[in-house]
Amino acid sequence: MSTRLATGGRLLKKSQAVEFTFNGKTMRGYAGDTLASALLANDQMLVGRSFKYHRPRGIVAAGPEEPNALVNLGDEASFEPNQRVTTTELFEGLTATSQNHWPSLEFDVGAINKHLSRFLPAGFYYKMFMYPRSFWKHVYEPIIRQSAGLGKAPKTKDGDTYEHFYAFCDVLVIGGGVAGLEAALSAGRSGARVILIEQTAEWGGRTPVDGGIIDEADAQSFVDRAVAELSAMENVTLRTRTMGAGVYDHGYVLGYERVTDHQPGVAGPRHRLWRIRAGHIITATGAIERPLSFAGNDIPGVMLAAAMRDYVVNFGVSVGDRTVVVTNNDDAYLTAIALKHAGLDVPAILDARVLPQDSELMAQAKALGIRVLMGHAVSSVKGGKRVTGVVVCSQAGEGAVLEEIACDAVAMSGGWSPVVHLWSHCGGKLVWDEAHACFNPDPNNPPIGADGAGFVTAAGAASGMFQLDDVLNDAHAAADGVTRSLGFKTPKDAKAPKGARRDDAPMMPVWLMPQGASAKLREKAWLDYQNDVKVSDVRLAAQEGFVSVEHAKRYTTLGMATDQGKLSNINGLATLANAVNAPIPSVGTTTFRPPYHPISMAAIGGEARGAVFQPVRRTPLHDWHDANGAEWEPVGHWRRPYAYRRANETTHDAVMREVSNTREKMGLLDASTLGKIIVKGPDAGKFLDMMYTNMMSTLKPGKCRYGLMCSENGFLIDDGVVARIEEDTWLCHTTTGGAERIHGHMEEWLQTEWWDWNVYVANVTEQYAQVAVVGPNARKCLERLGGMDVSKETLGFMDWADGELGGFKVRVYRISFSGELSYEIAVDASHGRAFWDALLVAGHDLGVMPYGTESLHILRAEKGFIMIGDETDGTIIPQDLGLSWAISKKKDDYLGKRAQERSHMTDPNRWKLVGLETVDGSTLPDGAYAVGEGTNENGQRNVIGRVTSSYHSPNLGKGIAMGLVLNGPDRMGETLSFPGTDGKTYEARITDPVFYDKEGEKPNV
Amino acid sequence: MLTIHCPNCGITAEETEFHAGGEAHLKRFGPGSSDAEFESYLFMRDNPKGVHFERWRHNNGCGKWFHVARDTTTLEVFGSYSAQTTEPPQDILDVITDRHPDWTQGRNA
Repeated sequence: MSTRLATGGRLLKKSQAVEFTFNGKTMRGYAGDTLASALLANDQMLVGRSFKYHRPRGIVAAGPEEPNALVNLGDEASFEPNQRVTTTELFEGLTATSQNHWPSLEFDVGAINKHLSRFLPAGFYYKMFMYPRSFWKHVYEPIIRQSAGLGKAPKTKDGDTYEHFYAFCDVLVIGGGVAGLEAALSAGRSGARVILIEQTAEWGGRTPVDGGIIDEADAQSFVDRAVAELSAMENVTLRTRTMGAGVYDHGYVLGYERVTDHQPGVAGPRHRLWRIRAGHIITATGAIERPLSFAGNDIPGVMLAAAMRDYVVNFGVSVGDRTVVVTNNDDAYLTAIALKHAGLDVPAILDARVLPQDSELMAQAKALGIRVLMGHAVSSVKGGKRVTGVVVCSQAGEGAVLEEIACDAVAMSGGWSPVVHLWSHCGGKLVWDEAHACFNPDPNNPPIGADGAGFVTAAGAASGMFQLDDVLNDAHAAADGVTRSLGFKTPKDAKAPKGARRDDAPMMPVWLMPQGASAKLREKAWLDYQNDVKVSDVRLAAQEGFVSVEHAKRYTTLGMATDQGKLSNINGLATLANAVNAPIPSVGTTTFRPPYHPISMAAIGGEARGAVFQPVRRTPLHDWHDANGAEWEPVGHWRRPYAYRRANETTHDAVMREVSNTREKMGLLDASTLGKIIVKGPDAGKFLDMMYTNMMSTLKPGKCRYGLMCSENGFLIDDGVVARIEEDTWLCHTTTGGAERIHGHMEEWLQTEWWDWNVYVANVTEQYAQVAVVGPNARKCLERLGGMDVSKETLGFMDWADGELGGFKVRVYRISFSGELSYEIAVDASHGRAFWDALLVAGHDLGVMPYGTESLHILRAEKGFIMIGDETDGTIIPQDLGLSWAISKKKDDYLGKRAQERSHMTDPNRWKLVGLETVDGSTLPDGAYAVGEGTNENGQRNVIGRVTSSYHSPNLGKGIAMGLVLNGPDRMGETLSFPGTDGKTYEARITDPVFYDKEGEKPNV
Repeated sequence: MLTIHCPNCGITAEETEFHAGGEAHLKRFGPGSSDAEFESYLFMRDNPKGVHFERWRHNNGCGKWFHVARDTTTLEVFGSYSAQTTEPPQDILDVITDRHPDWTQGRNA
């Protein structure tokens, strides 16, 4: 059993006991524990079930590489699934539950899958669930979803806050082990701005655990000195609990700080995302130990040797009373020695190597009385939910049993792999290190920065250094080189502290244990614990032709779990290489992508939640709308009233009321969101003639003209009324959603094509509040306000004038998008609300009533006016919409003119705009297609048109619509069929698109 | 995320302040041009693995357009220059040939 030892635990505060629960059971730990060490201290080795076979799984590692031990943490507003127990610091009241099992962790029905494993090989899902096709959605997928999957999605809104933090530095050092500390010291002393981040709560990394000696003292004293010196430097920022999550182009790095995960309830954000721009990045990210591939290497109690050392030394936790150590290198001997020093039994070290003489550590182990079996291996591990023993064999053989050793834990070490993830994120290449059987960063192929030079340097174990003196020298030299290249000066005499060197024997690559393991053993030798990928699966993938590493990964799902293959990648690659008889470097690696370790979605979102997720643009009249029943419609970033609903009224009722009232009496529309762009300069007329399809240069000051804008590809992109303000000044109205886009479009042409034209454009949309006063009583209302002459004689249809109304300085446009007598009146934005209120007072007994966007749509549709985005969709040209009258025949050129001459654009079979009215008065479904004769090659009905806008018109008492129809204008009076998605077929007659006041007399009074 | 220098306002900023506008130095063909010319102008773009001349707009800054010479594979930036030119200036070309002696100017620019 695993238990807490009476002594040891360098990170524990034993004076501070902490209570927590796991699956409802109360347990005790100490401050300083991780959830992993606390669970082990309470003999909770079994923590989860694997993804596919639901095999019992225990804790394997002590850091972020842990593949198995994922739990649900917290509840309600703090609930979070898939949290690693190894990276979760213990706190009072922590609640954790295991996941991926049913009905319970101890007894899981899904574990039957392990007996079916012969029938669930790699690619099983692809092979099995292909046919019949219809079964996928209704039978296979629901069952697979029920039985697979990790934690559950939270059901409650996250109760914590999160933030982003922008930081800039010359040198960013990622990793606070001895290499990172030395690199930061060296860089800091040069005067460079340095940020040093460490993912755990402790500085120093592995070296103090492993008993490293620096400058003839224990490593901890170096660590304490370094942190003290760095803390005193004003140019250095230090952060623990902050992980380097991703390295991106040009020195951009995301850091992930877990600010209050370990002390919930404390004020402040839970996580903080650091958005760092660094001159240079030093990755001192250390190395991760590899498992060995032997049968039963996933049984709870089998653990990485270094992790077991961490639990004993850092947390005073023994994983087992009797531990067999199995290794291919010297490092694992440190575990055997540490266990022995803690008073625990190590019945044997199984070392796959055969060496001519003992190394320093081997001699030490033997001197402690440990039995060392060279050339030996694990044939299989015995046990179910817990290790009970190992079967020993020769590494060179096929697994013939030599003896059985009873034990309750196995410590394994297959060698070390540098953490090259951050180096690789942005294109840094790797080079195979034959001696240590690992991929190292290739210093000749770093990620390239803006200046063409490398911007990442790996240091220490992360660059393939495994001896303490090499690590420190490498880190010192890396920082020295980096600061010099950035123009800082480092003291000449500065040297790295002296790390003690260990006389290690060379490691021996072992990719399968024993070397000739039978098929039966290979089927129990796990590579990827979380995704249940075994040596046999990778071999099968190779056999079936998935010999590219990227294909094999996806076929087997190796390395695709939430640990992203931190333990399994190299072992998997080597297994694949062996299966295809190729050297490992030629097989290559899969792509490393950020983040290094999962980060919370909430941290990525930061402050952008709820009301601040996206800024909302409000017109000067927004508050009035809000207080008067407005139902909001998002239009771009704006919110516009869709309709003003009164008590005891449906939205539809409100719209009908607003439309009728506007036609009969008087309506007010907040038109402030319409884009307003000033175009000014000696060449402004010439420029607008290029921008619009019609002629704007001939417009007289004081007059307005409706204009169309096309892209260079000929398609309609915007429309609006243009007013000539002065000889050299025009004001262009755009659609609400188009203001920024059209302004940008104008700027692009002015700056990149016609830069010699003297024209300035300015977007003044927000400078004005604009109110449309619409309806038969509109003029009467304005006359009551008093001021400028708004009579037909002085201010005719399509005129505009500056003046004063009711004491407000106004600009009045006699334009109409409703077909009624209409004035669009612009006032300074700050006077918008007062002017609106004045109109409501003046129009009180004239039937004044504001109307929303839906009424605006109905009013314009009754008049056959097109709407950009309804009648157009990016493939429509003005000629399709009967707007040829708005295309100047006199101009040599305008944007889109050449494109509109192409054969496809002049094709007489292009669908054209018509009006549609239903035979029975109902309303056509928006977007419905009209069906014609015959079927297409897919057996679908041929289509000959579609509905672009459709409404119920209260003025006409029936459904009206506009649509694009093949040869439409030539088919007036014909009836078309529109099958709806509701199963009904609608019949509609082709008509003129102008349904109301065909002669256009009403606005012109 | 790239860092980009805006030659109009003189600041170097994050890519998110800018908006990419595609290939630079296009020659416009309008009415009167052949179908082939117009097609080439409107649709055909270089997509080189390597040196590329691009339009960018400092849309969350000064709002002005400019050009950037950039390596599409290494993301190295050779320099920014005015949009008001029909070809890359000599100093930019010098930087490129210094880094890539074998490079020759393609259709683009």
